[in-house]
Amino acid sequence: MRVARTNKRREVKDVIRKEMIAMLLAGGQGSRLGVLTAGVAKPAVAFGGKYRIIDFPLSNCINSGIDTVGVLTQYQPLRLNTHIGIGIPWDLDRNNGGVTILPPYEKSDNSEWYTGTANAVFQNMTYMESHHPEYVLILSGDHIYKMDYGTMLEFHKRQKADVTIATMPVPMEEAGRFGIVVTDENRRIEAFEEKPKEPRSNLASMGIYIFTWEVLKEALYTLRDQSGCDFGRHIIPYCHEKGLVLSAYEYNGYWKDVGTLGSYWEANMELVDLIPEFNLYEEYWKIYTRSDVIEPQYLAAGSVVEKSIIGEGCEIYGEVSHSVIGSGVCIGEGAVVRDSIIMKDTCIGEGARVEKAIIAEGCSIGKNVSLGAFAEAPNCLNASIYSFGLVTIGEDSVIPDGVAVGKNTAISGVTARDDYPEGILKSGGVLIKAGDIV
Amino acid sequence: MKAIGIILAGGNNSRMQELSKKRAIAAMPVGGSYRSIDFVLSNMSNSRIQTVAVLTQYSARSLNEHLSSSKWWDFGRKQGGLYVFNPTVTADNSWWYRGTADAMYQNISFLKKRHEPYVIITSGDCIYKMDYNRVLDYHIGKKADITVVCKDMGEGEDVSRFGVIRMNEDAKIVEFEEKPMVSQSGTISTGIYILRRRQLIEMLERSAEEDRWDFVTDILIRYKNMKRIYGYKIKEYWSNIATAESYFQTNIDFLKPDVRKYFFRDEPKICSKVDDLPPAKYNAGSDVRNSLVASGCIINSKVEDSVLFKKVFVGKNCVIRNSVILNDVYIGDNTHIENCIVESRNTLKANTYYCGSDGIRIVSENNERYML
Repeated sequence: MRVARTNKRREVKDVIRKEMIAMLLAGGQGSRLGVLTAGVAKPAVAFGGKYRIIDFPLSNCINSGIDTVGVLTQYQPLRLNTHIGIGIPWDLDRNNGGVTILPPYEKSDNSEWYTGTANAVFQNMTYMESHHPEYVLILSGDHIYKMDYGTMLEFHKRQKADVTIATMPVPMEEAGRFGIVVTDENRRIEAFEEKPKEPRSNLASMGIYIFTWEVLKEALYTLRDQSGCDFGRHIIPYCHEKGLVLSAYEYNGYWKDVGTLGSYWEANMELVDLIPEFNLYEEYWKIYTRSDVIEPQYLAAGSVVEKSIIGEGCEIYGEVSHSVIGSGVCIGEGAVVRDSIIMKDTCIGEGARVEKAIIAEGCSIGKNVSLGAFAEAPNCLNASIYSFGLVTIGEDSVIPDGVAVGKNTAISGVTARDDYPEGILKSGGVLIKAGDIV
Repeated sequence: MKAIGIILAGGNNSRMQELSKKRAIAAMPVGGSYRSIDFVLSNMSNSRIQTVAVLTQYSARSLNEHLSSSKWWDFGRKQGGLYVFNPTVTADNSWWYRGTADAMYQNISFLKKRHEPYVIITSGDCIYKMDYNRVLDYHIGKKADITVVCKDMGEGEDVSRFGVIRMNEDAKIVEFEEKPMVSQSGTISTGIYILRRRQLIEMLERSAEEDRWDFVTDILIRYKNMKRIYGYKIKEYWSNIATAESYFQTNIDFLKPDVRKYFFRDEPKICSKVDDLPPAKYNAGSDVRNSLVASGCIINSKVEDSVLFKKVFVGKNCVIRNSVILNDVYIGDNTHIENCIVESRNTLKANTYYCGSDGIRIVSENNERYML
């Protein structure tokens, strides 16, 4: 932060300049998470017991010394808004700057929703201008990682770059699944390849960009009429064609995209390893979150808990192994939970068997229910979303006592015994009772 | 709310043994995630009291650190707020707080400046939930000068460390003895008092003129026959933690389902400072039964009938039984701990044995921390 003079509105006045501000894109639905995002935006989905996905980029910001963050919301923002509040958990409640929620709004002409990532940022030009930044950091709210954006900014300055793209090396054989950047020996970007068949490099773009403010402003204005204006597809290619200096910052830490149910489940399960690659227990680089449950958890005399992470205020009477359990969860006597993710305030009935399931917040699973039973079968609604043999249960769902649910299934809403013919939801079945069709 | 709160948190008690060496009793960790003073602060906040003064003296560093922000109890408001008064040297006073009445007397300008008609005086070392509005309504209904919140102790419980009260059928206090060797009654004062603010100021000024500095012996007991002093009985859970045994027992009480439900599940909740710790982690080999575990713990072995506070690391092949392990303790492999209170920020070496044979053993080692 520093004070500078501007000639805005023909008068010279002192303004506070922020060196770098962050624009955090948190408006996406994350439709590949199926029923988990029926009622919440993807960045607000719980992760690792007590966190939400957006906690990671927000904590990275404050740990990197960025105290001005605009959070762009659009899809189902209520949970996100209440979670962020005025930013107290991340120390982002500031007199100057801090966190600001930026939803789409009506204008005197040309009102529209956010039609693309760059369009969303463009619509908040006045927000960015009010902070007089030198650099703008573009982040997305759907990755799990710890990264010092300050180091990336130093690199950006050292390179005298106009745009810096964060990249990470991926195995060459997997490079075909990513957006790949090809660089010269000075880390200047020469070419982009989107999901190339024969990749020329293994540096994958992470969707994190630093722009020099004037460059971003110009590009956004020039492409303002581009429909669905997107950073990856429009702004970056535009800057490249214009001959600006684009450089690739190489990041070598842990970074996980949790965009699909499979990768979301995997990333959670990695946390329970003895010393996980992504370690939440390090003193350095803490991850902050809003925690409204603070009481300790209780493990009853008959409980068995192994290889698990368990949140505050849980009451465990049954058996839990290799699972991630959120705050305020109750697991009844004789229940067995294996390889599963159970989010906040869910209740698992006595004698239930839960295997390889993702159960969202506030669910009630009846007594002696069996989740993840039977042989695997492809999902009847969308086999590309509901796969990996997982049972996925949406928020506030109710499952009646004694039913059996197969693999690759999805359930959402208050279900009754009648919804399960012969007390069974076969593998691959979908049962959605709430109004939302996913 | 028509009252301000005063929390007397300056005290020390030799019966806490080593536990009160590094902190005031009000800052003692309780119930896994809390500190003692959180209970009374939350009660005040939940009773919509806007202005609270905490009077500290003995070993206040840990307490001041805990109270460094008032936002956790929702006192960070424009109206009222949380005031912490440590003793200070002024132009006409260079004493420490010489007693509970003196502590209030030295801050009498604060009392005079407020506009609320009533004052609730409490201590920071009791674990309970209470809506002070109900006591205030009772106080007004009885047309009392002072109302003392009291508690019937069970048969055979030692009351010699409390003020013992006898009331008539109208609940008017007829006898009040401070820490009697042999007592006539099983009803004790919980150290919670309600009175009018002007009345308190008057009493404090009068006592100060006579060089009397204790609220109970120099004010309550002396005025007992002159003023209308009434007792209000608390029927719910109430516990004072000022001895090592009662401190241990209060923590173990949280293993009971009804106590847990009362403090953890029922509204209103108890608030505390949030520490940003990750959830507790159980590795292979962990076997935890009938125990409370707070956030940030990592457990690799057997724990039974115990309370583990925040950030406790338990190594492999340990046995922890019937013990209270305070915040940030590292326990090396193959350690056996039974009937102990392990002081916070301790490092216990591998292959050691701690066992309280008759009564509770307090473990306080000064080993260097050697983490992985």
